[in-house]
Amino acid sequence: MAHGPRSWHAAAEAVLLPTGALAAALLAFGVFVWFGGYSPVETWTLLFRGAFGDAFSWQNTMQRAAPLMLTALAVALPARAGLTVIGGEGALVLGALGCAGLPYLMPLPEGTPGSALVLLAGAAFGAVWLALAGAMRQWRGVNETISSLLLGYIAIALFKHFVEGPMRDPASLNKPSTRPLAEGLRIGPIAPDSLLGDVHWGLVIGLVLCVVAGIWLSFTASGFALRIVGGNPRTARLVGLPTDRLVVAACAAGGACAGLAGAVEVAAVHTAANASVIAGLGYTGILVSFVARHNPWAIPPVALLFGGFAAAGSLLQRRLGLPDASVLVLQGFAFVFILAAEALRGRLFQLQMPTMARLRLVVPAGGAKA
Amino acid sequence: MSADAWFDLLLAIVGGAVRVGTPFLFVSLGECLTEKSGRINLGLEGVLVFSAMAGFGGAYLSGNVWLGVLLAGVSGAALASLHGLLCSLPRVSDIATGIALMLLGAGLAFYLGKPLIQPQAPQIPSLALGAWSASPQVQSALSINALFPIGVALALAMAWAFRNTRFGLIVRMAGDSSDAARALGYSVNAVRIAATTAGGFIAGLGGASLSLYYPGSWNEGLSSGQGLIAVALVIFARWSPQRCLGAALLFGGAGAIGPALQSVGVGGGYYLFNAMPYALTLAILLATCSPKRSIKGAPMELGVSR
Repeated sequence: MAHGPRSWHAAAEAVLLPTGALAAALLAFGVFVWFGGYSPVETWTLLFRGAFGDAFSWQNTMQRAAPLMLTALAVALPARAGLTVIGGEGALVLGALGCAGLPYLMPLPEGTPGSALVLLAGAAFGAVWLALAGAMRQWRGVNETISSLLLGYIAIALFKHFVEGPMRDPASLNKPSTRPLAEGLRIGPIAPDSLLGDVHWGLVIGLVLCVVAGIWLSFTASGFALRIVGGNPRTARLVGLPTDRLVVAACAAGGACAGLAGAVEVAAVHTAANASVIAGLGYTGILVSFVARHNPWAIPPVALLFGGFAAAGSLLQRRLGLPDASVLVLQGFAFVFILAAEALRGRLFQLQMPTMARLRLVVPAGGAKA
Repeated sequence: MSADAWFDLLLAIVGGAVRVGTPFLFVSLGECLTEKSGRINLGLEGVLVFSAMAGFGGAYLSGNVWLGVLLAGVSGAALASLHGLLCSLPRVSDIATGIALMLLGAGLAFYLGKPLIQPQAPQIPSLALGAWSASPQVQSALSINALFPIGVALALAMAWAFRNTRFGLIVRMAGDSSDAARALGYSVNAVRIAATTAGGFIAGLGGASLSLYYPGSWNEGLSSGQGLIAVALVIFARWSPQRCLGAALLFGGAGAIGPALQSVGVGGGYYLFNAMPYALTLAILLATCSPKRSIKGAPMELGVSR
């Protein structure tokens, strides 16, 4: 019955809590569609068939997971430094603008060096954008969550201004776009003739950056310093860490990832910057990062899962006639349950009746929140 | 531009300040109440979208616009109470919950609001305060959303209640010192859940003003950050309901510049002018915040003012 925490409890909780929360979210989503007169079982089946049912849906899923890994890193890296930066969407659209805009400014070499340059331009735009949020927080005390979201709206306005104004391609009639990237600058599929099909190099970029971020945080001195800053800023100052610089660097690194996501979307999928880039990938990235508990090693599988749900969305729409926002509802439920599950961390294996009673929503005086 | 054109522009901005500022007013009052109790609800952005949809649906289905307004308030309160309950769990951050609520509110609104995109619902009546004037521009600028005077009255009532009523003092105590509230035998979480829920109801009225007055229809791009701006606006207003009124009008005016310029024929930089309120918010945050001290008037328990 009553026993203290065992060494394996933390590891088991790290897997059980998110899994349980996601299961609860799926259950709630089933109940939700059932109220609308749809069959929950059919919805769940289609959700998984559309995400992981066959080679084609796997391809679709991986295509969508690639930018999610990058936008999730944009939340995860600042989060490890103690900041809740959620402006990934803004950094992403500016990255797309930078990628599509570089050929306007200078002649670029064809092939890999040219592609690398447009991608770097996107990453640089994103990095500057989120570094702004970090800098405003460190030097002016402006809440970074609010400022990064406001920066996101400003970024989208800038994007629309340039795409529909100075940078508009006169040939894009119905849908204002920039001039398409030259053939030689685009990013192609990894292995077009294999099972991978259309899956482009963006997936590799996402995976590699998740690993790099994981190694940085886990195995390097500066990554360790960053985690100290995030864990206890006062201690960090006390031992003389360059707190401000570390925080801004984490934000810039995250912004670079989100900017890269936008650049990859342009260079591999849309070939030009237009409104299709503003698809909420930055917002889904927030959810992915929270589910992965801001751990870069856990981001790829979580991104794959939510990329899969997004891929299944169109199948749900076609087969059952569910509105296209149903995936958004599922994501919202998942976010709520993931946060609620945090309340159980460290006590999942200690749950007994008195604890259950304590967990009642209004914690009485002197309760756990004290 | 001639003097006449300038006058028209100014009039359009003044009229727009009330028209665009009404949702800001309600959301910032709701947020003000929530933050006074010691929690920040970033999810009011989601509450705004969801209640706009619910209000429009209620007015469309019942044919009575005030039923729609009521439904908007109730649905806003329901969504906000979810925030209040979640944040009462141990180790759940109010900022993260707010982000979740933003996504959930938008998702639910887009899902349930799908069939509401085409139809027309009855609208909130306008009060013709400009009837004395013969000029149609003055008349249109001074024809005011009937919710606006309610918002003004609410702002004044809240300012009075925070100073003079038992409930106002309890809310402020929970926001300034949870220890004191606990020592006097009040459940801090219960106070905060109640304040968050009531704040959600008020913010929901702002949603009704969006979908039932201006722009006056339901679509998925209805709210783009107004809820969030309102959160920043409360910081600017230093947690005082009267100052929320002034700030909401200022921001409404900033938001009206783009459409006003367009109405007198200046079309360039349309998107940039529309981004004015966001830039203004950032500028104001930069000017009012400081890393050295917490802002004057901030509830002590609030994380956002640090």
